[in-house]
Amino acid sequence: MGTGEILWNGLALFLTLSIFSILYKDNPFYKIAEHLVVGVSAGYFAIILYYNSFIPKVWVPVVHESKFLYILPTILGVLMWTRFSRKWSWVSRYPIAAYMGIGMGVAIPVTMQAYILVPLYATMQPIGFTSMALFNNLLVAAGVLCALVYFFFSKEHTGAFGGVAKVGIWTLMVGFGAGFGLTVMGRVSLLIERFTFMRDYLQKLFGF
Amino acid sequence: MRREVPIVICFLAGLSFILEYFIPHQSVRPFFENFRQWAIIVMTFAYVLGISNIVRVNYHVIHRKGRDWFYKIILIVGLFFMIIMGVFFGGIGEGTVFFWMYNNAYSPLQSTMFALLAFFIASAAFRAFRVRTFQASLLAITALIVMLGRVPVGENVWKSFPDLVEWIMNVPQLAGKRAIMIGAALGAISTALKVLVGLERTYLGGE
Repeated sequence: MGTGEILWNGLALFLTLSIFSILYKDNPFYKIAEHLVVGVSAGYFAIILYYNSFIPKVWVPVVHESKFLYILPTILGVLMWTRFSRKWSWVSRYPIAAYMGIGMGVAIPVTMQAYILVPLYATMQPIGFTSMALFNNLLVAAGVLCALVYFFFSKEHTGAFGGVAKVGIWTLMVGFGAGFGLTVMGRVSLLIERFTFMRDYLQKLFGF
Repeated sequence: MRREVPIVICFLAGLSFILEYFIPHQSVRPFFENFRQWAIIVMTFAYVLGISNIVRVNYHVIHRKGRDWFYKIILIVGLFFMIIMGVFFGGIGEGTVFFWMYNNAYSPLQSTMFALLAFFIASAAFRAFRVRTFQASLLAITALIVMLGRVPVGENVWKSFPDLVEWIMNVPQLAGKRAIMIGAALGAISTALKVLVGLERTYLGGE
């Protein structure tokens, strides 16, 4: 391991330990690491946007390819900065409105297709009691229906409707439980990865 | 003028993109693709707004020597260090300072923060599971089965554990996830429609 690598990995080790120090109690090392997360993350995404969006979509088309039409969205983007002026902040509404309109216009049909129609289509499968596959299809269809009934708040959850909603919440709880279990496992995997990194670094450093 | 025109712009932009989805003609697509690129460009400049806001808020705390002012300096230094290294010192490719900062500061900080949640999630789970209702028990038992079934010890305890987990993931979990997805999508669409027709105007700000 070269000196540069030792120093850089040492920084990673220091930051890892600083974050873990919160498990004992709040302390300056944790606060330094915590604030560094915010600063470094914001800076990282600023640079990613700069190289993946500003350079290829604004700088190259306007400066190198003379596509001056791209100056228009650039002006719209710059108008957003008027948000900081008390007098001119209303001007920023125009680019924001355009962005919101495009965003919503793109999102509505795509969401309808990907998150409503496709799942509903996948739910409407042949059902029955003659095989496990058909029975599972029945359970999925019933579970989706019951859980959707639970989300329907325009009618009071009493009587038969309340019973169906109750089955719906059981379905949701099983779903949440599975999601929770997977999340815990994901986090534990990350924890193991951090400990492995620390062990490997110390092993390389001290040669044991 | 200051409120009505933006609402009209939002409505027209939204409506045209909804219509575009239903007109998959080759003469229409490039035109709208251009506008999609425009939206990305506008969003890029909006990020500068976000960065400026971070700087402004933290500068005020530093200037007033408010609570944790010293740590705010670290935040600002971290932010500008990444930006300056990324723009002026060799870009973002392999071997650059930005690359090393990503690998040895950003990445370990992020993954350790998430790893830390393993401890907090365990204590939160313990507190949640003490609520002795049938629903809470159902959640706890499912979580336990899923965790056990995905590690080798689960299979050693009972060899059908992985199959049970597979069934849970493919049947009840799938049903719950689909219902949540459909419910959330309906909510998102209704909110989007409210924005488009001008019923929801909070994005325009005050005055």
